[in-house]
Amino acid sequence: MNIRTEPITINLGPQHPSTHGVFRLRVTLDGEVIVDVEPIFGYLHRGTEKLAEERSYTQIVTLTDRMDYVSSMLNNQAYVIAVEKLAGLDVPDRGKFLRVIAGELQRIVSHLVATGFFLQDLGAFGTPLMYCFREREKILELFEMLCGARVTVSYMRPGGVFQDAPDDFWPSFRAILDSLPYFMDEIERLLEENEILLIRTKGIGILTPQSAIDNATSGPVLRASGIPWDLRKSNPYDVYGDLNFDIPIGTNGDSYDRFLVRILEIRESLRILEQCWTLIPSGPVRSKVPYFFRPPVGDCYASIESSKGELGFYLVSDGGISPYRCKVRSPSLINLTPLREMLLGWKIADLMVIFGSLDVNMGEVDR
Amino acid sequence: MESNNIFNFLKDFFNFLPPSLSWLNYIISGFILTFAVANVLLITTALFTYMERRVLARFQSRLGPNRVGPFGILQPFADILKLITKEDIRPTAADRFIFFLAPIVLVVPVFLLLAVIPFGKNMYIVNLNIGALFIVAVTTIAALAIFLGGWGSGNRFALLGASRAVAMLISYEVPMILALVGVVMLSGSMSLVDIVEAQRLPFILLQPIGFFVFFLAATAEMNRPPFDLLEAESELVAGFHTEYSGTKFALLYLAEFAEAVVFAGIFATLFFRGWQNPFVPQDWFQFFPSIIWFFLKMIFFLFIFIWIRATLPRLRIDQVMSFAWKVLFPLSLINLILTALLVTIWPEPSTIELWLMVIINLAVGLLCLVLFTRFLEHNRIKPTQSVFLATKQGGQ
Repeated sequence: MNIRTEPITINLGPQHPSTHGVFRLRVTLDGEVIVDVEPIFGYLHRGTEKLAEERSYTQIVTLTDRMDYVSSMLNNQAYVIAVEKLAGLDVPDRGKFLRVIAGELQRIVSHLVATGFFLQDLGAFGTPLMYCFREREKILELFEMLCGARVTVSYMRPGGVFQDAPDDFWPSFRAILDSLPYFMDEIERLLEENEILLIRTKGIGILTPQSAIDNATSGPVLRASGIPWDLRKSNPYDVYGDLNFDIPIGTNGDSYDRFLVRILEIRESLRILEQCWTLIPSGPVRSKVPYFFRPPVGDCYASIESSKGELGFYLVSDGGISPYRCKVRSPSLINLTPLREMLLGWKIADLMVIFGSLDVNMGEVDR
Repeated sequence: MESNNIFNFLKDFFNFLPPSLSWLNYIISGFILTFAVANVLLITTALFTYMERRVLARFQSRLGPNRVGPFGILQPFADILKLITKEDIRPTAADRFIFFLAPIVLVVPVFLLLAVIPFGKNMYIVNLNIGALFIVAVTTIAALAIFLGGWGSGNRFALLGASRAVAMLISYEVPMILALVGVVMLSGSMSLVDIVEAQRLPFILLQPIGFFVFFLAATAEMNRPPFDLLEAESELVAGFHTEYSGTKFALLYLAEFAEAVVFAGIFATLFFRGWQNPFVPQDWFQFFPSIIWFFLKMIFFLFIFIWIRATLPRLRIDQVMSFAWKVLFPLSLINLILTALLVTIWPEPSTIELWLMVIINLAVGLLCLVLFTRFLEHNRIKPTQSVFLATKQGGQ
């Protein structure tokens, strides 16, 4: 009798509970062990970059909301910084501070969502996810006060922000600054020493520092591998140069470190927000910028540290009211580059852990 | 032996039939009893799904179903109605016969299990003298049914789930049976009715290790977290029942939850004195119907299942298997040897000797706990601080 085994190929996605959108992985399995992976994406392509060529510079802000839909504020920020650099616009100090406040709140939201879904992928049925979403909800209410929208905010404009924060924003903001550290303590107690979490994530999906650099990863994925690279420190934009904060870095580059880096980044964001609370000046929030304006002919690249990594906008102006070309360097797409080498040899249960720990957002991958 | 159980009561009730129709009497009373018990299980299962969703929601700071009927209590019935009116889809790649067979093979054993469980004083369908063996034999069929479903669906997720099921369920059978043997040795009978009556003290005190092993093995046997690998949602979509829809899915869903209900009953019977009151003075609470005790204990265990589900992440297949063979299997052997020794020393224990057995058992259980944690400490991953703040070497 001739007994043999043969590898099977399965399609994880595009419709799959834990691909965070419409991502497809063609996985070849030998039993439970992954022998080959081919990531396939593009199911959520909406042509954002092409659409931007038809819109005025102010209108494009709404398009950026829909890229990484869990960190819209940061997308706004990256875009308006690029436009300001291109057109040479000034931003009042209060506008810059409000941007940083909104951006850091959005970073907290994004990391909470990432942590919650990471645990969901591990099989912790709903509980950590719901706890994280409960806190996220409070921050989304703040966004609603700022701009009337919760997710697709469109809060920032070239030259500042859309409007000053209303009076009842500040007490609620203070309440979150006071309550969120306790929630972080709670979730750390719940998760960090959980035996099952440790054996499922420690040493799983190691990304070496060299490989992280070679694959141009950025954000928590890069920092978990031990590279202290954060654009807020290395290339300060808005008011980050005046603020004190640290960069959490990991030592092993495994899934656990990526998870923990995000938890610590939430704490650092809280530190930044605390300083903004005391430092924010009064004054106008937006310089006088007309609805339609024509930047001089030329191009520019500006990038910020988004929640997922370096989010950059490359804008080319031909002197018209809309950009000639708008290219987005999205961190989620580039953080997917080392996925294959990280997955090979692990079991299919680890696949979801590793993929979840990368925290990619399909809206941003496909744009 | 079956002096005054419900079956005989029913037979007496139909005594007006002429003696030549005694076979009819037998069939009618048997049918009524089985019908009643099966429906009690169905209703209990429906209420358990409601309870699971509500309690889980409370754990997760949500509300849970609260729209259909008072407090949403009719939600499970609305779900069942929805499921049985849905289209029944059969994938073209599926093996028609096996695909159809699997839900039935999965549901029937769960209902069979109920036959031997005494859920009240003199309330049981049959006092089988091999009751414990019957439980072991019947629960094993579930693994076969899951494999049929997974193989017959013609879906690769289902196939992966099915192969996990076979590997896991068969591994967990072994410690489960060995833990059950301890109970049988103590009570000197395999009949569950006798096991309940033999519990002068709840067997959880006399069999702490056995209970621990049996509880975890049964959790794996029921496919509940953290051992829910065969239908791991985040990995295999829905495991072996990925392709099932409509009524067939309802049956699979029913089997899964009914199994949890029945196992809660088995725990109560084997380790918590079944329908007797859980406290030591037996003559108290005589006015209290024995079935209430049974249901209270069942709800207690069901709550623990939900609690575990709300708390723990899932394990990986190799970790699950090594847990079965490296931890549960040796523990159940230790329990077996210890129980055998104690039963040989005190075949007819007095009350003091019984408490002595409790103390010895708890001591050995504690010793095992310490030894196993020491032994596993080498492989254990410690929560070392691996993430630091890069203040000094910051990339300025």
